[in-house]
Amino acid sequence: MEAKAQARTPKLSFLVRPARGSDIPHIIALDKRVTGLAKPDYWHDVLRRFSEQRPHERFFLVAEPHGPKIQPPILGFITGEVRAWEFGSAPCGWVSTLSVEPRARLRGIGQALFDAISMEFKNTGVDKMRTMVARDNRLHLMFFRSEGMMAGPYIQLEKELE
Amino acid sequence: MKLQISSRLAIFALLELAARPDRQLSVAEVGKKYGVSGHHLAKVMNVLSRAGLVRSVRGAGGGYQFSGNARRTTLFDVVQLFENLNSGNAPFAAGDRTDAGRALREVIGEIDHIAQATLGSITIATMLKLVDRRQTAGRRSAK
Repeated sequence: MEAKAQARTPKLSFLVRPARGSDIPHIIALDKRVTGLAKPDYWHDVLRRFSEQRPHERFFLVAEPHGPKIQPPILGFITGEVRAWEFGSAPCGWVSTLSVEPRARLRGIGQALFDAISMEFKNTGVDKMRTMVARDNRLHLMFFRSEGMMAGPYIQLEKELE
Repeated sequence: MKLQISSRLAIFALLELAARPDRQLSVAEVGKKYGVSGHHLAKVMNVLSRAGLVRSVRGAGGGYQFSGNARRTTLFDVVQLFENLNSGNAPFAAGDRTDAGRALREVIGEIDHIAQATLGSITIATMLKLVDRRQTAGRRSAK
């Protein structure tokens, strides 16, 4: 059983590094494949803000396959930053997005991105990281849980503005 | 929130079996660890077997083996074999058709949704990691 599973999921070699301007079109394309929405302005703005303002506390990381001309050129990305004192919370790292190419899932890319940003957060001196996941987003909930995240002390509330 | 005893036993049994998928465990072995009767546990194992999560192994020293997918089977998948977690499906009780009753059902519904999302996001594999972390922490504090 295990040998067949390995044959179905060929080894994938990749590296995790900070995002660059040339990555943005591929990030937009990946985000559109996953969410159905193209957000070019949003991603250009994220890269600009993360590069120019508090770059030592903001992290935009991508997973890039080893080897030239491997498609897609970006296998996944993660964004996060240290936020302090909002909602009464001491400084902690917040993961705001995580996306992995659907065809490249179950190969450790998500975990590698998560581990990389966890290390970045730890290096800033914080000892906690958080994220927020839609209740019906089972995939992300299961992933973050498998990485050791548990429900925190906050409840997200909302109301319609009529 | 409290789970019914059958749901708890089912989760315990699956954790024992999934932790050692190459081995088979008898109802007696699992029952002894969790302090429950083999009779009650056998009923639980029958339900898990019909759901395809365990298979019985015949012969000398026979027992059960895990046959599900630990990375895809969630606590919700297991619990819903034994109880209904959605109070929204429950028949209307006295007062439920009043405005106060409907408001209360909305609040209880919020709790149900959170419970379902929590149980639905924790797989058997993730639970085994949680168990392992507690065992590691226990060993550290014992030193």
